[in-house]
Amino acid sequence: MGARRSLGGLMIYEVFRQDRKGQPFEHAGSVVAPDAEFAEAWAREQYGRRGESVALWLVPRDAVHVVADWADEFDLKYRRVDGYSIKARLKEARERAGTAGAG
Amino acid sequence: MAAVEIPRSEQAFLEYVQAGGQVETTDWMPDDYRAKLVKFIEMHGNSELMGVLPEREWILRAPTLQRKLALTAKVQDEVGHAQLIYRVVEDLGKPREQCLADLISGKAKFHNVFHYPTKTWGDVGVIAWLVDAAAIISQKALLKCSYAPYARIMKKICWEESFHILHGRDVILAMVTGTPEQFELVQEALNRWWGPLMQFHGNPIPREEDPMFIWRIKSQGNEEARQGFLDGYVPQIWELGLTVPDPKLRKRDDGVWEYTEPDWAELKHVVTGHGPRTADRLAFRARFLEQEQWVRDAVLAA
Repeated sequence: MGARRSLGGLMIYEVFRQDRKGQPFEHAGSVVAPDAEFAEAWAREQYGRRGESVALWLVPRDAVHVVADWADEFDLKYRRVDGYSIKARLKEARERAGTAGAG
Repeated sequence: MAAVEIPRSEQAFLEYVQAGGQVETTDWMPDDYRAKLVKFIEMHGNSELMGVLPEREWILRAPTLQRKLALTAKVQDEVGHAQLIYRVVEDLGKPREQCLADLISGKAKFHNVFHYPTKTWGDVGVIAWLVDAAAIISQKALLKCSYAPYARIMKKICWEESFHILHGRDVILAMVTGTPEQFELVQEALNRWWGPLMQFHGNPIPREEDPMFIWRIKSQGNEEARQGFLDGYVPQIWELGLTVPDPKLRKRDDGVWEYTEPDWAELKHVVTGHGPRTADRLAFRARFLEQEQWVRDAVLAA
């Protein structure tokens, strides 16, 4: 995203923080710094000075490979619950079996 | 789940955010939406940065070591908020240097309450308790902001503001349970701050006409916020035996608070750069920006 160029030697680090051991890391914001050492210093102050995080991930924004297009050209709905409509067939099956209305 | 497509027309985008949809930095957005975001978020950042100055003036004069430390921590929190907020503005296309330049030149605004002097330690308590309370009511309404990166940092900001309110309330409680002189300092500070506090949430335009609500940058109207503030805090003020300096203030049977019309002319005058301490505080910012240039140079040379 050209972060390095636009900020004159500074890099944007996305910060992910973990609340407690075992919990997922959640995106919390970003810091801007010349290198990882400075980024760590800023991030420790921003996200850890009250002991609110057990761990942080600092990721240079340029290293984040974003996937956000989910076109469904092949109609893959058989992989999802909305791909199955069993109501009509279930009704027919129950009628055949003579169990309709019994449940 | 199918992909959430951000609509690429202004009208469809508007419907999307009004239905509760959120957008990210890399998503398409209408120019007007981006401009409104920058204006709103930048003013918030400016207010955090300027908001530390009235309190900073009292760090050395705070009555105990514990109070000095707590005030210093609060100042650090607020500057930290400014840092986070300016990062969000930068990602929307306006560099922090430009935000600071516009702040110092008077082109950009900051909240009315930070243009006033802090006369006594009572003012520090009222600011930390009631100004922060008014602010948190606005900020909680930003947790659902249609611009997701802003909504996300607001979680941390609201969390820290809750400490500040408690700190302010503790300062006030220490004073109202102290000597009659201390109680009087709180009452006088409340008298000074009530006007600006009532102006804080802005004029009562219907939220449907407020561009910041229309774009769902904020999720409540100005009057809604003010009513929330009165409902939450007037009973807390009264229970301490303090008097709110507004004879018309009362809660109607239908739950709505009535009050004397706030001085909107004063609000406009103050936020356009004519507050009693506006010039001093901007000059302070300008001086420090210049004085600390060597730090930025050293960091960049590292």
